[in-house]
Amino acid sequence: MKNSSWKVFYFIILLLIVPKKAAAMHIMEGFLPIEWALFWWGVTTPFLILGFRSIQKTVQENPETKMILGLSGAFAFVLSALKIPSVTGSSSHPTGVGLGTILYGPFAMTIIGTIVLLFQALLLAHGGLTTLGANAFSMAVAGPIITYAVYKGTQKIGWSLSLSVFLSVALGNLSTYLMTSLQLALAFPSEVGGIIASFSKFAGIFALTQIPLAISEGLLTVIVINFLRNHNLDDLKALRVFSKGVN
Amino acid sequence: MKKNLVLFLAVILLAIIPLFIQKGSEFGGADGEAQEAINEINSSYKPWFDSIWEPPGGETESLLFVLQGSIGAGFIGYFIGYMRGRNQEKDKKKGKNRYAVNR
Repeated sequence: MKNSSWKVFYFIILLLIVPKKAAAMHIMEGFLPIEWALFWWGVTTPFLILGFRSIQKTVQENPETKMILGLSGAFAFVLSALKIPSVTGSSSHPTGVGLGTILYGPFAMTIIGTIVLLFQALLLAHGGLTTLGANAFSMAVAGPIITYAVYKGTQKIGWSLSLSVFLSVALGNLSTYLMTSLQLALAFPSEVGGIIASFSKFAGIFALTQIPLAISEGLLTVIVINFLRNHNLDDLKALRVFSKGVN
Repeated sequence: MKKNLVLFLAVILLAIIPLFIQKGSEFGGADGEAQEAINEINSSYKPWFDSIWEPPGGETESLLFVLQGSIGAGFIGYFIGYMRGRNQEKDKKKGKNRYAVNR
């Protein structure tokens, strides 16, 4: 279709022009129309409930893994505070939720990711309370689910631990920002080109800056997993991190 | 652990290289870009809610970012020390060198 090749062309041009000084962050306070803000709150809430249950269950089954939950939270805190320069000439920060997803499962990270976002919304004016539902969905629901699916999938087909961890975390990080772009595009469809045109515009701003950071987050997570494999093998086994044996 | 060192260097390089290939850029973390894009698409849109509190300036903001990072880093340091100690204790009791097995 002629129309769609134009869209691809437009997307590529935007990737080249727009991100020069863009920054990939969360959706700012008040920048989602109220109906969308409520919609994303509604979508995220069930995942928060699932998250509470998941943490409760894991802690009851394996109380000794509480330290690892703490580590997952601390890791997300540190990484999301690091605004790292990217090739596009702007800065962005990793999400840090990939590690906890691999260790504790995707839903536990919904809680931890939302706590991090709340901290940033209240104290740093990054993101916001009205947009917390949407930001939590992209960073603490969608990202972890992608990470978890890719991790389990690559483990099943026999990839090495490091490679699965790296790929799943990097993809989870990228999908967070693609989700953010989609959320903005849905709320602000372009008059010409509609949602797709808006999506490529926002994705151009958010996602390209994020690629090197996704790689960084993947590598950092591999480092921590390596440490845990050397020092907390029993905990990792209790949390069923490995699909079959230790590779 | 050598592998971890290499990975760590790669992360640092990934952060440093942009500083050289994008000279003149300030690496702003301004959320303004997405804000501008929203304005272009829908110029009549006005944010309907403001942050209930904002850091008064860049200094306070960086203080809070550092605080966030150091709370996390503090726990990670504690965790590493605790696990190392715990494992040494275990190994002493078992009387074997686990590192020989795990390499």
